[in-house]
Amino acid sequence: MTAALSCQSVSRTFGALRAVDGVDLEIRPGARHALIGPNGAGKTTLFRLITGLLRVSGGQVSLGGRDITRLSEVRRARLGIGQTLQHASLFGSMTAAENVALAVRRHVPPVPVRERAVWARVDELLTGVGLAGRGRVAAAALSHGERKQLELALALAGRPRVLLMDEPAAGMSAADRARLAGLVRALPESVTILFVEHDLDLVFDLATEVTVLSLGRVLLTGTPAEVRSSPEVRTAYLGTARDEPLFLGEADVPAS
Amino acid sequence: MRARLGYAGGAAVLVLAAAPYFLAPYATTTLTRMLVFALLAASLDLLVGFAGLPALGHAAYVGVGAYAAAWFAKNVGSAGPVPLVIALGAGAVAAAATGWVAVRTHGVFFLMLTLAIGEIVAQAAETWEPVTGGSNGLYGVPATRIGDTPLAVAGVYWYVLAAFVVGFLVLWLVSRSPFGAALRGIRDNEPRMRALGYATRRYKYLAFVLSGAIAGLAGGLLAAQQRLVTPSDLGFTTAALALLAVIIGGSGSLWGPCLGAAVVIVVRDVVGPDIDGHGPLLLGLVFILVVYLLPRGAAGLQWPTRNRPTAPPARALEEARRS
Amino acid sequence: MLTWLDANLVSILNGVAIGFLLFILAIGLSLIFGMMDVLNLAHGALFLLGAYLAWMLAGADPGWGAFALALVVAGLVGLACGGALAVMVEPLRRRGHLDQALLTLGVALVVSELLAVFFGRDVRAVNPPPGLDRTVTVLGEAYPVYRLALIGAGAVLAVVVHLVVERTTVGSLVRATVADRDMVSAIGVDNRKVRLAVLGLGSLMAAVAGVLGAPIYGARPGLDATVLILALVVVVIGGLGSVRGALVAALLIGQIESLGRALLADAASFVLFGALAIVLIARPQGLFTRSGAS
Repeated sequence: MTAALSCQSVSRTFGALRAVDGVDLEIRPGARHALIGPNGAGKTTLFRLITGLLRVSGGQVSLGGRDITRLSEVRRARLGIGQTLQHASLFGSMTAAENVALAVRRHVPPVPVRERAVWARVDELLTGVGLAGRGRVAAAALSHGERKQLELALALAGRPRVLLMDEPAAGMSAADRARLAGLVRALPESVTILFVEHDLDLVFDLATEVTVLSLGRVLLTGTPAEVRSSPEVRTAYLGTARDEPLFLGEADVPAS
Repeated sequence: MRARLGYAGGAAVLVLAAAPYFLAPYATTTLTRMLVFALLAASLDLLVGFAGLPALGHAAYVGVGAYAAAWFAKNVGSAGPVPLVIALGAGAVAAAATGWVAVRTHGVFFLMLTLAIGEIVAQAAETWEPVTGGSNGLYGVPATRIGDTPLAVAGVYWYVLAAFVVGFLVLWLVSRSPFGAALRGIRDNEPRMRALGYATRRYKYLAFVLSGAIAGLAGGLLAAQQRLVTPSDLGFTTAALALLAVIIGGSGSLWGPCLGAAVVIVVRDVVGPDIDGHGPLLLGLVFILVVYLLPRGAAGLQWPTRNRPTAPPARALEEARRS
Repeated sequence: MLTWLDANLVSILNGVAIGFLLFILAIGLSLIFGMMDVLNLAHGALFLLGAYLAWMLAGADPGWGAFALALVVAGLVGLACGGALAVMVEPLRRRGHLDQALLTLGVALVVSELLAVFFGRDVRAVNPPPGLDRTVTVLGEAYPVYRLALIGAGAVLAVVVHLVVERTTVGSLVRATVADRDMVSAIGVDNRKVRLAVLGLGSLMAAVAGVLGAPIYGARPGLDATVLILALVVVVIGGLGSVRGALVAALLIGQIESLGRALLADAASFVLFGALAIVLIARPQGLFTRSGAS
């Protein structure tokens, strides 16, 4: 079975710093694959290497079996990579609907007849992310949670094969986080998801597989349960192997 | 709302068309100059207000169009709209040749590069005597003819008005099209547009060429009206005044810069002579005031500070180019 | 080779003289751009101000005293103008770099028009001070002594600037701010004072450059735009905030302007434009700054 997205020995150096060092990653179609790791592990760099904002120093990135290493960010987006960013990246001078329309129009030829189809799809997407009826609101006037929902709509407009999410829960209240988790869970299997996240509760809630990065290298890839019980992961997060619980829910005493 | 704008626009055109019947010839000529400058300002707004590209050398394309039209009228013929078409084409070609370089830069670097382009074209106009007449410019441009009749003051005015309406309509339609929406997206958040799969450079280039073409058209009108083209018509001051007109009038609206252009012409040509021709001084002061008082900042020119954490242009450029 | 050198020596020397002049002019622009990301479009107008001051105080037949006075007055006026600019730009800090650049554009317009009000639109010529108005024979060609003196003065100033930036505390603050402004303010240094100093001193040097350049360029409307472009090209090619880069780029541009024009006539402008374009596209941080800084 061809991986939906794969990285082979991907590395990226900045001068003397090896931010990403020989990372191998295989994401199966339909997976909800989480990428976690302590600060400085190289998660954001890897994210950008996959979306194409950064070029690799070595290795290969493939989308559905196709080598996309040399392709620009724009080309990769057209081949089916969608992304949402930590700070919802929107078009500040437009309404929510106009934002989504921009994303939709990229896939619809600019023929007047199609206008109605464009706005129908805009409504469909807005409703899908829980923003039905908020179309006329200026993007700048939306709440933080709503902005993230809007960003998800933008990313989904292109019917991406692989959706990359960078810290989707960042800065969200518990209610917003729950709503977001619900939205992600509701996404069809035709969309493979890779998300970078610090919020480990969300990770274990949504993820089917987890990859742990540390200092630019893959520490471990496995199911959430495997990751949770791995001593190496503890070491990476805490510095020394301890028996104290690393993740809330394992015991009532939080790690000090 | 859109219908109301349409009626307002139509009414404005009607009023403008009737003007020569009510105004003295001198006033008509001033109004003609306003229309020419307004078209230049509107073309600049497509870049500044819609695509978010602050261009400071736009007078270069006006100049190229003006010289092309003047040369054509002197050496080939001054019949009807032909010199205007030549001017439009010349502006487009010049913009195409310089634009592919310019759109690879952003923000302040773009401003610098367009400034340099403008100055270099101005210098070329001064030194390339055989074609441009050097610092004396091209004078003695024959009057535009419709059929066999040369146009007089009122005729020239209507000729310019007609061309202005056509040029403005083109800009208007483009701004309202999906292409225009994409330009606004690029202005607001170019990285996001690229992440959505838009080849943003291509869009910016097209906007640049279209803008240059309409600026060239304005240049052709300038040549028809003044019957003289000098290097100062495409110099730094003209470019600065055009940017001023856009900022004063409010960028991103197309018609705002037209009003701004009217203000600039009034100050320079009507009030100016009363203060010893030092209109640009007053304009400079107005400009400074506008920059301070504009609520949204140089309106519509949303720059790195808007959707991303503050990053200086140099670093933002490096970040976006890290490869 | 030697005959070529012989025939073009005058142009080459001119190029060096212009190069040093450009360095004095551009270094202030480079540092303030590198530190504050403020594009000071009024920089050319300050040069022109210096040139007019030279004409006003030293006139067509300056004595040494008059010339020295012009240098001092221009320096003080430049310093004051720089300070005023810093104050004017301050409220716009939150609004982004474009607004600040536009403000300096407005100031440039006002200053250049004011100069036209006071001094008229004719071209004004300034002669070099006595002693420097002779020519000297270099390799069989007569060469103006003033330009040689300019080369000397420029070299001295370059060394002074280098020492200040590399060896003094203020200089290290400037270098640090260019490299990482947020870090510098995080350690408690008041950026505003540093900015005030750099804008003030940079403007001082621009005005002084105008005086020094007056015997070569004179003073006329439009000169401000011309030198502004040249200074911008120097800053971009040399790299924002790099003293060494500014010097090398200035000398390079000086050669293009001088030797280039002698050999290529009008095509020299296109060489300039081409160089600027190539650097802006390929290496926007300039040829001399470290890439990927911070």
